[in-house]
Formats: sequence, structure tokens, C-alpha cells
Amino acid sequence: MKLIFEKSIKGHHLDLLPACDVETVEVPAALKREELPALPEMSEVELSRHFTELSKQVFGVNVGFYPLGSCTMKYNPRVDEDMAALPGFTGVHPLAPAYSVAGCREALDTAAKYLCEISGMDGMTFQPAAGAHGEFTGVMLIKQYHMSRGDTARTKIIVPDSAHGTNPATAAMCGYQVVNIASAPNGCVDLEALKAALGPDTAGLMLTNPNTVGIFDENILEITRLVHEAGGLCYYDGANLNAVMGVVRPGDMGFDCIHMNLHKTFATPHGGGGPGAGAVGCKAFLKEFLPASALMEGPGHIQVRSFAGNFLVVVKALTYLLTLGCEGVPKAAQNAVLNANYLLHRIKGTFEPAFDRVCMHEFVLDLAAFKKETGVSALDVAKCLIDYGMHPPTMYFPLIVHEALMLEPTETETKDTLDQAAEVYRKLYELGHTDPEYMHHAPHNTPIGRPDDVRATRTPVVRWQKA
Amino acid sequence: MSYVPSTIEERREMLGALGMQDFKDLYRDVPAGMLLDHPLDIPHGMSELEVTRAVTAMAAKNTVFPTVLRGAGAYDHYIPSIVKSVVSKEEFLTTYTPYQAELSQGVLQSIFEFQTMICELTGMDVANASVYDGASAAAEAATMCRDRKRHVTLVSGAANPDVINTVRTYCLGANAEMQVVPVKDGKTDMEALKAMLNADVASFYVQQPNFFGQFEDAEALGAAVHEAGAMFVMGVNPITLGVVKSPAACGADVAVGEGQPLGMPLSFGGPYLGFMATTTKNMRRLPGRIVGETVDDQGRRCYVLSLQAREQHIRREKASSNICSNQALCALTASVYLSAVGPEGLAEVGRQCMAKAHYLCKALTALEGVELVYTGDFFHEFVTTLPKCDEVLAALEQNGILGGLPVEGGVLWCATEKVSREQLDKTVEIVKEVLAK
Repeated sequence: MKLIFEKSIKGHHLDLLPACDVETVEVPAALKREELPALPEMSEVELSRHFTELSKQVFGVNVGFYPLGSCTMKYNPRVDEDMAALPGFTGVHPLAPAYSVAGCREALDTAAKYLCEISGMDGMTFQPAAGAHGEFTGVMLIKQYHMSRGDTARTKIIVPDSAHGTNPATAAMCGYQVVNIASAPNGCVDLEALKAALGPDTAGLMLTNPNTVGIFDENILEITRLVHEAGGLCYYDGANLNAVMGVVRPGDMGFDCIHMNLHKTFATPHGGGGPGAGAVGCKAFLKEFLPASALMEGPGHIQVRSFAGNFLVVVKALTYLLTLGCEGVPKAAQNAVLNANYLLHRIKGTFEPAFDRVCMHEFVLDLAAFKKETGVSALDVAKCLIDYGMHPPTMYFPLIVHEALMLEPTETETKDTLDQAAEVYRKLYELGHTDPEYMHHAPHNTPIGRPDDVRATRTPVVRWQKA
Repeated sequence: MSYVPSTIEERREMLGALGMQDFKDLYRDVPAGMLLDHPLDIPHGMSELEVTRAVTAMAAKNTVFPTVLRGAGAYDHYIPSIVKSVVSKEEFLTTYTPYQAELSQGVLQSIFEFQTMICELTGMDVANASVYDGASAAAEAATMCRDRKRHVTLVSGAANPDVINTVRTYCLGANAEMQVVPVKDGKTDMEALKAMLNADVASFYVQQPNFFGQFEDAEALGAAVHEAGAMFVMGVNPITLGVVKSPAACGADVAVGEGQPLGMPLSFGGPYLGFMATTTKNMRRLPGRIVGETVDDQGRRCYVLSLQAREQHIRREKASSNICSNQALCALTASVYLSAVGPEGLAEVGRQCMAKAHYLCKALTALEGVELVYTGDFFHEFVTTLPKCDEVLAALEQNGILGGLPVEGGVLWCATEKVSREQLDKTVEIVKEVLAK
């Protein structure tokens, strides 16, 4: 595909504005720009075609099965988009007077109320723009809490080795030393390792439950009790909330603060990597430490981005919650778990599950033995799935499983889709034994084949340049 | 409604295949006492029609002012229709991060184009795929400039208060020191800055134009910063960059800013768009996603997520930032906007913003009691005194006009290309009327 700059033709343009109806003013000479930036020059029809061409090489949830483990690629309802596009929401300035934004306040308060109920928390902020941003906010609540108590000895955050990379990165961003504890052979938290790591220098623990291998840690109450006993707080990474929303509440598991990914569990679209929203909830004793906007609420609070956060994303999540209601929320979770177990059941006998037991909303396949037998890696299998019109699952995560493929079908897939997907996985398992060479060079039916990542890093070309 | 497509029969079949009778069997690993034994205290679910009624009723409780003369970090610009139509394409809207390059050249190429456009606007060599917003971009820039020797971040007191507060929070997290440089006559106090620059300072951040709308003497500030061995970070409004000197031309090491003016509606504050760009020398310090160009196994040009060794999924606790995603759809929005306006169009938007704001300023300050608080050159925002401030703003609001933002010492006005001369004249007329009473 040609780059937009390569399609640019001098003089092509749109007619967007009328001529200026007031006297023009010059930029002061010292600040005047010498040369126009080399942006593309195109007519509307050319723009329309360029972006359509790009969109044809994008795999959306609207295109096919998208079982990316840990990402919750559930269907994004159209009505959520329509509600977020209402001029009554899009046309509102964040610093408009209070009486004129009563609708925005109601939307935020209602969403907060419902999400507090679902998560078992007492306070909520929508300022964080993403999950990792929410993690930063949550751990900053913990930091402020210990600071307010004058407890400067607590310098460590405990993170299981199965955790998503953002967890230790977040702890480091908050000035903490990260203590990694090895997971038990069953993929869950090793209680002995946890006890050994706990002490008067423990600020807190970051955990997700169900965990990153899709298992609900049955020791969770003991885990949070141990951390509290040592004087630390417990942070819940809500990435896997889709397995348990409306069935179990993080607040009842002993967590003090949490983040939820509105763009995962609450069906707002991923947009190619954002915008999302990392809503952060906390128990009452942490509410005073929640972030606020200096411009909207005045000074005295931490702040993680401007204004109130990704408001339109919250509108989408709210619309979704109103649609689901008290019956729909647990129903979504239960069917997410059902679909995952059903898919795992249909694949069994071919690829090995990393943990052969009932899973939650996602499961991990361990292809280490398969690779040893056939020479075909998890990456090869993933690339082959592309030729079958399916998006590959998450690869090589979590780190505690080698040659991992993590599948999360979500509740919005039909039984037929799951049956068809299982057939494809079974086919690929056979293909690995009969034609491994074919799989090493997959995908075969796409506009481009495997890219040279090494070259991209060694000789970085990160922008187009005029010749 | 829960968007679960299967029927009760199908679900029974699936449970049966698992040897289970009931959904409860799926949660047998959960300690019994933890399972919710009562329904959630939220209302019953609704049909689509009922939901649209409920949410539309909420939106109707807001007032949408046809004329917006308030900026302060969120700007009301004209959004071309092609922008909205492109970003609502379901593929762009619902796709995930482009980890599988063979399947997502459309997204990767669009990010590469965005990165290029940001480099063109800022004069820099490399831009990332975007971050959450301008305030967090400023905070991430402060982080990337710090090292073992230099750990103090200086921020101009004339920057947007939300930006200052966000940088303060990120510094608090990192146990790093932040100091605010005093303001003099609505601009960064150069003498105070020079006194605060020393061998501990990692970077100095200035906003251009600043929170009060004033043009800062960026080149001179940058020179002072470099003389002290620190890095110069500029936070810029991209809508100015068709006519105003680029941060690179002013000597900036890092350019960041709020991309909301590039096609994103006001939206009560979000989603917005943070951009970050820097020189080749500092490329590996840049946080966030970067898309790079390469070739595939048949030599065909293609794009991939690149330089990932900087990022959290590789470096974990050694990563410089925890940032995992970007604001992809907003970056696409900005790309379409910049392509729709083009180089001449962007310059024209900038010119009209300046023209309208100066027209408004002249007319307002001709009124008795209304004076410019800061008299330096400005782009499209300015602060005036305003007697009977509450009454004036209320009268404007009753006429569909959102007036300037009350700030210390007066009111911060803003005018963009979207406001007509007629609306500006009407504004002045109403102010005059209230003041005359």
C-alpha cells in the first residue's frame, strides 16, 4: 500500500472554511514559521479511498473470531457508539458551568455507582485513560496512604511472576522496589513464597484473580489477609474481571483498590490501542487520595491526566451496563466462562492445556511438548490461524508457561463459532505433524508475510521522509 | 440483554458436553462464601429502545453552547465530516493493538503516517504512536529526561494547571523533585529560571502558547536551559504549527502537546490525545509504542511495532514507563484531520484563530473597565479584566455563548476559526449592555 504522502498531489485540497471575515493578524516575526509542514495534499475522494484501503487490512471484532487472551475482545455494541456521539455529550466543554453539565455529572455518577456495586468498592475515579494508567493511579493511592501515616519504611511491592508486565513497571514508576514471587506449580500464588516476602517493608501486593493462566485462586482470602496483617494494602488488576463480574466481587476478596478496563470487561471498543478507560475504585478509607483535576476541582489531589478522563468512553460503558442490568452482568460472566471451558473441551486431545482443570474465562495452551515433537512453535501455529480467517490468540504470555497460547473467546461468540474454531485448532495440530515446513512460513494468504523485526530495530525508520 | 448470542438449549448442550448441569459448576473452585448470593443492586437490564431513551435524557440535561469562547486546554474547532466518517469504520474502531503485523498493516501504516505528521509539525525526528493526553505527555517527557545525575524537573508556572499537577504527580511517584518557575507579566520569569537552573536539573518544561495565551520567548528560554546542561521540553498546541515556529526550530529536545484540537470534539474532557516527539539522539528514551518500517520475507515494505525493548512487556520493572497502549483511534482522528486540512489549510485555521481572537480582544478592551491583563503577543487566547464577571457570563450563556474562563485577575477568552464575526459582535454587544446597566 502506498503511504498517504506518496499519494499527495500539490494543490489538491478540501474547502472547509469560508474566507476570514475579520482582519488578519501576523504572527510576531521572531516566532513565524518559515516553511509549511509537509502534510499530505488530497481531495476528499482521495482521502476516502486511502483510509478505506487501510481499513481493508485491519482485523476488527466485526471481521471474525478474536480470542486474544487477557484482552476480552467481546462485541462492541453499536448503540454504545450512538450514545457517545450525541451532541449533548460531544459538544460540552469540560470547564463549562456546573448547571450546564448536569447530564455529564449524572452519567459519571451513575457509572461510578454501578461499577462500585459490581466491584465491591466505595469510591471511584474515571480519570485514568487506560489499564496501566489505572494501575499507576491505584498504586499511588497506596503510596499516599502510607505517606499520610508517616510510614516511610514500606518500600516494596510484591508481584507474582505470572503478572502482566505493566504491574512491575507500575510499581517502579511509583518509586517502589519490585519483589517477584514465584508461582506455585498449579499457577496460583505460592503462599510460602508470599509469607517469606512479606514484612514491615511491604507497601502492598498487586494481583489479578482469576490469574493470568485463567484460574481462580481459591486461597485469595488468605492471601489478602496475610498482606493486611503485614500492614500492606492489596491492589486488584481488573483485567480478568469478565470471568467474575456479578458473580464475585474484588471488594469481597479483600482488595483495597482496583482498576477495571472499561475497554475490556465493559465492551467499549479497543480502537486499535485506545482510547480506553482504566476506572479506579477504592474502599472508603482511600477515597481522599483519589485524583482530581486542578482546573475542575481545584488543587490538593494527585492527577494523572487533564480534566475528568475519557468521558465518552465512560458513556459507552454506562450504556452497556444499562443494557445488561442486574441479570445481564453475571450472565455475561457465566457465559464467558462457559464458552472458554467448552472451547477448551473441544480442543482437548490435541494441544495440551497448561493446567488441566476447569478454567475461568480464558485458558492457556502449552505447546512446549508439541514443539519438541514437531519443531512447530506457538508462533507458527498463531501465524497459521491467520490463513483461516481467525485472529491469533495471545502468544508467549504469561511468562510462566513456555510456548504459550492464551485463548479468551468471551461470551459474545456463538457455539458454532467455537465449534469451527476448535476444528481449525485440531487441523493445525495435525498439520504440525504432517507439514511443519508449511507452518514455519505461515501466513501464506496475507498481503505481507512475516516482517523482519530485527531489521526494524537495528535500522529504525520511524517516519516517512521527502526524498 | 447481554449480547450472549446462544440460546438456552445451546448453553445446556455446552454444559452437558462438560459433564455439568448448572452454571454454578463452573465456579466450583471459588470458595462458597465468596459467591454473591443476591442480585447486584443495579437496575434491571433494558432493551435497546429503552436504553437510548435513558441515555438521551441524560444528554439532554447538558447545555450545548453554539458559540464557545472558552479554551484553557480544550478547544472548539471545526471537525471535517470525513474525519468522523473514517474513524467510525468498524474495523478501525474495534480492532486491538496491532501485535500481529501480517493482519494489521492498516493500523500500523496509519500510526506510521501519524508519527510522520507529528514529526513534520514539530520538526522532530521521531514521534511515538501517542499517549493519553497532553498532561501525561508532559509528565512522561519529564521522566525521560531524568537520569542518575539529574533528577529535578522544572515546570513553567505559566503552564496549564492540569499539566503542572500531572507532572507533580508523576514526580511524586518517582520520588523526584519538581519546582515551578515563577511567572512575570503572564510569561515565564527568565531571571527566576536562570537562578533555578543548576547541575541537578534534568529538564525545563514551557507551554507555547502558555495557559494565559501568551507567546513565550522559547528560543531564549531554551538557550538558558541548554547552557545549564539540561533538556528543553516544549508543550505546544498543534493547531498553531502551520504558522508558528516549530519546537525543533526553537531548540527543543522534546516536543509534547495536546492533540485534541486536531479533530476531537470537546467531549467534557476526553478522550483526547497526547503526542511526544524527540530528536534521533533521544529516540531510545521515548516511552510508548513506536511503529517502524521494515520488509517481509519477500522484501515487501511493511510496518511493525518496533524498538519494543524499551517497553513494559519486555523490561517489566526496568521499563521507563508502564505505558502499554496509546490513543490509537484519536491518533487516527488527528491524521485524518491533518490530511483533510493539509498544509495550507492548517495554516489558514491558525491564521483565522489569531484573527478572530485579536478582533474580539480589540472590541472587548474598547469597553469601559475591560483591560488586557497581559499585554504580550498572543495566539488565540487572552486575559482581560471583567467587571460584573458573573453577570456578564450569565447573560452570555443565556444567549448561547460560553464566555471566557474566570481566572485569577480576570477572564481567559478564546476564539477559534469556528466563531463568526457576527457571533463575536453579538458577544461584545451583550458584554457592553451588562456593563452599561
